[in-house]
Amino acid sequence: MRKTFELEELDCAACAAKMEDGIRKIEGVSYVQVNFLSQKLTLEAPDEIFEKVLKKAAAVCRKTEPDCRIIR
Amino acid sequence: MTRKQKILLIRIIAAAVTLAAAALIPADDKIKPFLFLVPYIIAGYDIIKRAAVNIIHGQIFDEKFLMAVATIGAWVLSEYTEASAVMIFFQIGELFESIAVGKSRKSIAGLMDIKPESAAVLRDGKEIRVPPEEVEKGELVTVRPGEKIPLDGIVVQGSSSVNTAALTGESLPRDIDVGDRVVSGTVNLTGAVTVKTESVYKDSTVAKILDMVENSSSKKARTENFITRFSRYYTPCVVGAALLLAVVPPLFAGEWIKWINRALIFLVVSCPCALVISVPLSFFGGIGGASRRGILIKGSNFVEALAKADTIVFDKTGTLTTGTFTVTAVHPEKMSEQELLSVAAAAESCSNHPIAESIIAAHGSDIDRARIGKVNEYAGMGVESQIDGEYIYAGNQKLMEKAGAVWHGCHIAGTVIHIAKKGEYLGHIVITDRLKPDAAGALKELKRLGISKTVMLTGDRTEIARRTAEEAGIDEVRAELLPDGKVKEVESMLRPGKPLAFTGDGINDAPVLARADIGIAMGAMGSDAAIEAADIVLMDDRLSAIPEAVRIARKTVRIVWQNIIFALAVKAAVLTAGALGYANMWLAIFADVGVAVIVIINAMRALSSGKVRK
Repeated sequence: MRKTFELEELDCAACAAKMEDGIRKIEGVSYVQVNFLSQKLTLEAPDEIFEKVLKKAAAVCRKTEPDCRIIR
Repeated sequence: MTRKQKILLIRIIAAAVTLAAAALIPADDKIKPFLFLVPYIIAGYDIIKRAAVNIIHGQIFDEKFLMAVATIGAWVLSEYTEASAVMIFFQIGELFESIAVGKSRKSIAGLMDIKPESAAVLRDGKEIRVPPEEVEKGELVTVRPGEKIPLDGIVVQGSSSVNTAALTGESLPRDIDVGDRVVSGTVNLTGAVTVKTESVYKDSTVAKILDMVENSSSKKARTENFITRFSRYYTPCVVGAALLLAVVPPLFAGEWIKWINRALIFLVVSCPCALVISVPLSFFGGIGGASRRGILIKGSNFVEALAKADTIVFDKTGTLTTGTFTVTAVHPEKMSEQELLSVAAAAESCSNHPIAESIIAAHGSDIDRARIGKVNEYAGMGVESQIDGEYIYAGNQKLMEKAGAVWHGCHIAGTVIHIAKKGEYLGHIVITDRLKPDAAGALKELKRLGISKTVMLTGDRTEIARRTAEEAGIDEVRAELLPDGKVKEVESMLRPGKPLAFTGDGINDAPVLARADIGIAMGAMGSDAAIEAADIVLMDDRLSAIPEAVRIARKTVRIVWQNIIFALAVKAAVLTAGALGYANMWLAIFADVGVAVIVIINAMRALSSGKVRK
């Protein structure tokens, strides 16, 4: 499943790149793109573990940019 | 300004006022530091907090963490005024950066303005407004003047004109009437029309375009990947250098404070934000600007390739030529030209072959259908029609041989249609495919831009191909090619480092489009196949869009390099000056946020390269 989420308060381009790197390392992620310009996260992972992956991705976001939230 | 930006502005002002007050109030040396603490905290509390959080997370190469370290460092060195002022200055930079980014986001969002908000769909005799996504295929939708066409479809009622500028860059309105195809995202201008939808929203032209522009940033250019990799090493390197600078020289020469001060400057300059933001932003600006001119580019890698394009290959029919035939010569044996044309038109009147249509169009006046009897079409040869009871043959040599007529060729290049009455040869008509009116101009423009070679591929006969190439100003011709021959020709011309672009109509050329370094599909408005197959899609069939695309690509790449070189040069200069003791904290902050603001503003020039010329 591939899904796109809006990101809130993504303020720095370097952080977006770091988030992307961090999320790519999560197990099960087959595609990820953090777009700083459109403030969007596109994530692809197998359906059955998608929620789990998304949670881990949210944690990565919080770690790199504490104010940043994934809007579901 | 957003709420967040306003709060930041107020904090900056408050911090500046309290800083001035702290500097002016005469106070004891023991109390003074506490006075300076007020502006420092007002300006930087979030940064300090953030730095603390980052330490817990182990994120030490974060801009804000480094800023905190740098100012606390200044504090420790008893440079109170500087610590507060630097924090304020940094926040001013952040504010500017945030405003600049917001502005560019808005201009990009402006490009996405083609999305229709709602559709007035007719259900059970009533008109209801729903989001375009909820309209089914085959439903009737009413579009009033001033509204966007919500879905691709056919006009079933009313007539109007539409503005396609948002999709094609063409500002001249296009007239639409019952039976015409309309494309979603164009704006209905004069009258209300009812449209029968041909696809659901997801498959409509406007959804495809939006999807393409939004996802174009995922296909990254080499420059973009280089910068991402570079920035991964840049920050740790600069931070490492700062540590060395703070420790090594004083071990030998002492003066710890002086060297720590210089190291702090390094920390401030170590954020790669300006680079990381400006490169994709410039590419996106170029892609966005091009899309305004009806040129859709599927990724920044193609912008880069197009800017360096060396060879451009064209398909002939439908790309360089209009794809519709016109009669250029009528050569009767005995009768008058008009008589021959009239016989031919009557013979062809039941056919809808493009050749037949061109002869009928040249004849002009109506044909009395009652005169026509039995009609036989021979595929690849022509037609045999009974007119006033007599057999008339119109077609190529093979048909003449079949009819037993003695034919002869023509000195004019073109497709020759021979006409015979039973075994008697009546003469021939020459028809040619016409060059697009802007072809010669576009080719000249490409030459002027320094494209080293232009090639035409066609399945047509060599002599026809030669003449078309000469008229258009094409360098090389490869004619009489079978469909798979085009792929082979393109393959033989591919050279590493010298990108080759192939331009075709996108319908029959999909394999060639895919094989070329850059596949350009023309006249793609409403054609899904073309949009899928190509790397660059031209919404209408203007050939002049190709030099335009090259120009936009080159401008974009130029801006990207300007930004990279400018940002790196300023940072290198400030780092060098900092190490030697010629730079202060202020300059360092300029090298960080100031440069970021400047490159963002420069990047936005790429967007304007696509502005409609007045």
